[in-house]
Amino acid sequence: MLVFIFYFLVICAGTGGELCVSRAMKAVGEVKDFRPAALVGVVLRALRVSWMWIGLGLMATAFFSLLAVLSRQNVSVVVPVTALSYGAGALGGRFFLGERVTSRRWAGVLLVCLGVALVIVGGR
Amino acid sequence: MTSSGGLHFKTYLLIFFMVIFGPLGNVLLGKGMKHIGAVSIGTPAEALHVLSRVLTSGTIWLGIGSLMIFFAANMLVLSWADYSYVQPASSVAYGMSALMAHFLLREAVTPTRWVGVAIICLGVLVVGHTPPRTTEHS
Repeated sequence: MLVFIFYFLVICAGTGGELCVSRAMKAVGEVKDFRPAALVGVVLRALRVSWMWIGLGLMATAFFSLLAVLSRQNVSVVVPVTALSYGAGALGGRFFLGERVTSRRWAGVLLVCLGVALVIVGGR
Repeated sequence: MTSSGGLHFKTYLLIFFMVIFGPLGNVLLGKGMKHIGAVSIGTPAEALHVLSRVLTSGTIWLGIGSLMIFFAANMLVLSWADYSYVQPASSVAYGMSALMAHFLLREAVTPTRWVGVAIICLGVLVVGHTPPRTTEHS
């Protein structure tokens, strides 16, 4: 049961964190100048957006949950299962960021879910 | 010509770094956490104990270092290459993770799981071949 909670946190907190960071970066604006000083300016501007802090907190939660799940299960199982974040990402992008997710992308997400199902049921 | 050749070379080099260091980071984190043992965080004292063991594990720091190289390579390559070109590389990383887990950690991977990993790679590839931007510029 605890493993499922950790998987849930890895996938949902990780995806939620990326969505929050994505939202924060969209608020900052497109990065066109890649000189070090300009990049530092971008980082400082991003840190003033509250979504960035929520995103970083969620991503830290996901990272420590990943460590917890790796302490209990094999890497060859854990890493493929984390691909479910593509499904969570597509859902989050559609409903949280208002992106238009194409049918082809949904098909890809469906393939990922099918592959994960095989990894889960494919034990010896 | 030189600049085009150079651009191709540094793109392939950084994608190679991503495909090697991302899975290697996960494998090292897995090895470090297996050494620490099954995490139990019933009380704050237990959580602190686990955290101190995690933060003093050299293998885990090597894993974090590998993942930082992966993220740096990912960010750098995205500064000139298309997302739709770079992103499918992450699909290869799922296969590479299974291969590294099998050969470096001696994990048993059943044929069904290899098929599952291959289908995941295919799914990520399909996602990568969709337009990276579906919303209008504001």
